[in-house]
Amino acid sequence: MSLTFIALLVVATIALIFGAGLGYAAIKFKVESDPLVEQIDNILPQTQCGQCGHPGCRPYAEAIANGEDINKCPPGGEVTIKQLAELMGVEAKPLDSAHGVEDIKKVAYIREDECIGCTKCIQACPVDAIVGAAKQMHTVIIGECTGCDLCVDPCPVDCIDMVPLNQGTDNWKWDFKQTQVGDISVRQVS
Amino acid sequence: MSEFADYDLVMEHLASKELWDFPGGVHPTQFKTLSNTTPISQISLPDKLYIPIKQHIGIDGEVIVNKGDRVLKGQALTKSENTFAVPVHASTSGIVESISKHVSAHPSGLPELTICIAVDGKDESIDTSGIPDYASVAKVDLIGAICNAGVSGLGGAGFPTHIKTNNVKPVEFLIINGIECEPYISADDRLMREHAWQIRQGIDILYHILEPKQVIIAIEDNKPEAFETMSLACQQHSDYQVVSVPTKYPAGGEKQLIQVLTSREVPSDGLPIDIGCMMYNVGTCYAIADAIIEGKPLLERVVTLTGQALKQPKNVWARIGTPIKHLLDMAEFDVEKQHYPRIIMGGPMMGFTLTSAQIPVVKTTNCILAPAAKELPEVGDERGCIRCSACADACPVSLLPQQMFWYSKAKEYETAQDYNLFDCIECGACAYVCPSEIPLVHYYRQAKSDIRQQQAEKEQAEKARIRFEARKARLEKEKQEREEKHRKAAEARKQSVNKDGGAQAKIAAALARAKAKKAAQASAEQANNTPDAIDKKEVENSPTQQSENSADDKKAKVAAAIARAKAKKEAKMQAERKENESKQTKDETSDE
Ligand code: SF4
Ligand code: SF4
Ligand code: SF4
Repeated sequence: MSLTFIALLVVATIALIFGAGLGYAAIKFKVESDPLVEQIDNILPQTQCGQCGHPGCRPYAEAIANGEDINKCPPGGEVTIKQLAELMGVEAKPLDSAHGVEDIKKVAYIREDECIGCTKCIQACPVDAIVGAAKQMHTVIIGECTGCDLCVDPCPVDCIDMVPLNQGTDNWKWDFKQTQVGDISVRQVS
Repeated sequence: MSEFADYDLVMEHLASKELWDFPGGVHPTQFKTLSNTTPISQISLPDKLYIPIKQHIGIDGEVIVNKGDRVLKGQALTKSENTFAVPVHASTSGIVESISKHVSAHPSGLPELTICIAVDGKDESIDTSGIPDYASVAKVDLIGAICNAGVSGLGGAGFPTHIKTNNVKPVEFLIINGIECEPYISADDRLMREHAWQIRQGIDILYHILEPKQVIIAIEDNKPEAFETMSLACQQHSDYQVVSVPTKYPAGGEKQLIQVLTSREVPSDGLPIDIGCMMYNVGTCYAIADAIIEGKPLLERVVTLTGQALKQPKNVWARIGTPIKHLLDMAEFDVEKQHYPRIIMGGPMMGFTLTSAQIPVVKTTNCILAPAAKELPEVGDERGCIRCSACADACPVSLLPQQMFWYSKAKEYETAQDYNLFDCIECGACAYVCPSEIPLVHYYRQAKSDIRQQQAEKEQAEKARIRFEARKARLEKEKQEREEKHRKAAEARKQSVNKDGGAQAKIAAALARAKAKKAAQASAEQANNTPDAIDKKEVENSPTQQSENSADDKKAKVAAAIARAKAKKEAKMQAERKENESKQTKDETSDE
């Protein structure tokens, strides 16, 4: 009887100490969080792809705050580099192609009848954009997918494709090269 | 209310015909007489109609017909509970041939979902019933009827008419826009000349619903005939007045016309109703009259076919969905007159070139322009800005086009927005006057769509960040929980060992030790079991754990390997077979 009681007491104490530790860590973490890192993180596209060589956008933001180059983020591309340059007060430079090239936005697509339900892609996805369970068919929530590419390699049966996001008239960016249109031929139309 | 002219002052000015003006503006050469001298003609039905399911600003409805269905003229093809959806209708009877993507009536020409109807030529209609005594019906039912008839603004952007009309704020001026300031278009001109009475009926309905203090029908002074007929149609009504407005491009712009008539300026991020005004195009009024009095949905509209490459420029009643090709045939398009095909939808100032002659007429199509080679200048070589500021003088919104151009081109969008990029109405007046032939509006459009996309991406990124952090926190928590459980188990083990290790009689020590050993053994076993059990449970609960699947995985891998091997074998066999075959044929040929 007393044995159980003591055990319970010990466990409770440990839990308390643990909780206090966690709480302290949380506060300490908050104090440490740098407003500059926050600002840099705000500019980064949050694709969480790791192409910059860091495990996510925030770690790269921290690295930039510590003086790392600003041109390592391919999904962000030119626009992001420009904004970072402005924020950091440095010269904007072209994207470092060692980390990849700027591409059109894509999203992951799982060919569902080929999926074996291994859950490996779920573990790889940094933003929990894949739903599924063991031995069940998996699928990507397109609205949440950042197009980071990280789920493609882990898939043992290669059933994940990165497909370009559908271009429609709504998100067309007046780029006549993307369509069959030669150019607007009327001067006044411009 | 004090910062702009009040109702009485505006009425005074209107009575004495002293209108206000908007800044800038241009006077392009008028080509209205090409098309406005003959009555609007009826044309034959095309073989096929292409009806895009979304032809307005808002949301598209759900397609409610199937491939192979026979549809009647006036039958709704889409439906939606969403208020921002406007239905589309079959403009004649026929068989639904396909429901798929078709090149769109949009500058990009990107394909959009379109219902193709193979026309059977019978033009058989559904039964329609209107609400001729609409004054006895609840206003919301009238607005509903306007929506069901598929009416969206026929003048320009195609905003759903029922949403605009569903208004609770007081309306001082209901303005009917009969300006038509684009230099080539005469569709509204002809409509006013020939159907003034029906336009008047439409205005009556709007008058009943919106209860404005005054109705102003504004017509540019280059259309005296339309002014006459509209004045005649509206003369008995004391609250209606037809006003002649000096010809200047872009007087037909919503904000510009309001400024000319009332001197009031629509706030940058506001709507005309914020300053007591509402504006409808004359074509929309005509469609509203059809919708309410006849119960007839919007199935056709007047389209100006013009340009010197057409032998018979004219205005026609075109069914919604008619391919441009059919209209060009009707107006006898002469390809010889162009160096290369160049067809413009809309006018030369705000229109866009078409990519395909299969593009259909939609609710906002007011003009098809086929200019002869020399008629409209080609895009010249863009040169550098010489800072002449001709563009700033021409801008009807008093913007600084050269600055916006500079920053848009340099992708410095924030500065571009500081120059009020989003107030630009894309009228093209600046590009029209630019001596350096800079396609200014093109740069603004690119910048605007870029900015909109960046904003959307920003929101998306915010969402991704939250999800990323939530996941990190969850993984962290799971890890800590696991560690805590392990620690707990270890503690328990230690406890039970220590428990009986206290100082007792030395005699009992040996006995106790033996006992403790046994107990420790037992609890160790227990402790060993616990984490296992927990882990197993976790595996079952969380999809992110996959140890259980490894067996399964292996099975799958084996299966895959077998499949691969099989495939290889087959390929090999096939190759062999082929080899044999080729050998055979070789043998045969050598035999010959
Ligand atoms: S679904 Fe794939 S591509 Fe999309 S965010 Fe997740 S891991 Fe990246
Ligand atoms: S297109 Fe824009 S900037 Fe140019 S004149 Fe018109 S409103 Fe002004
Ligand atoms: S009209 Fe053309 S050249 Fe003149 S200031 Fe404007 S953009 Fe520059």
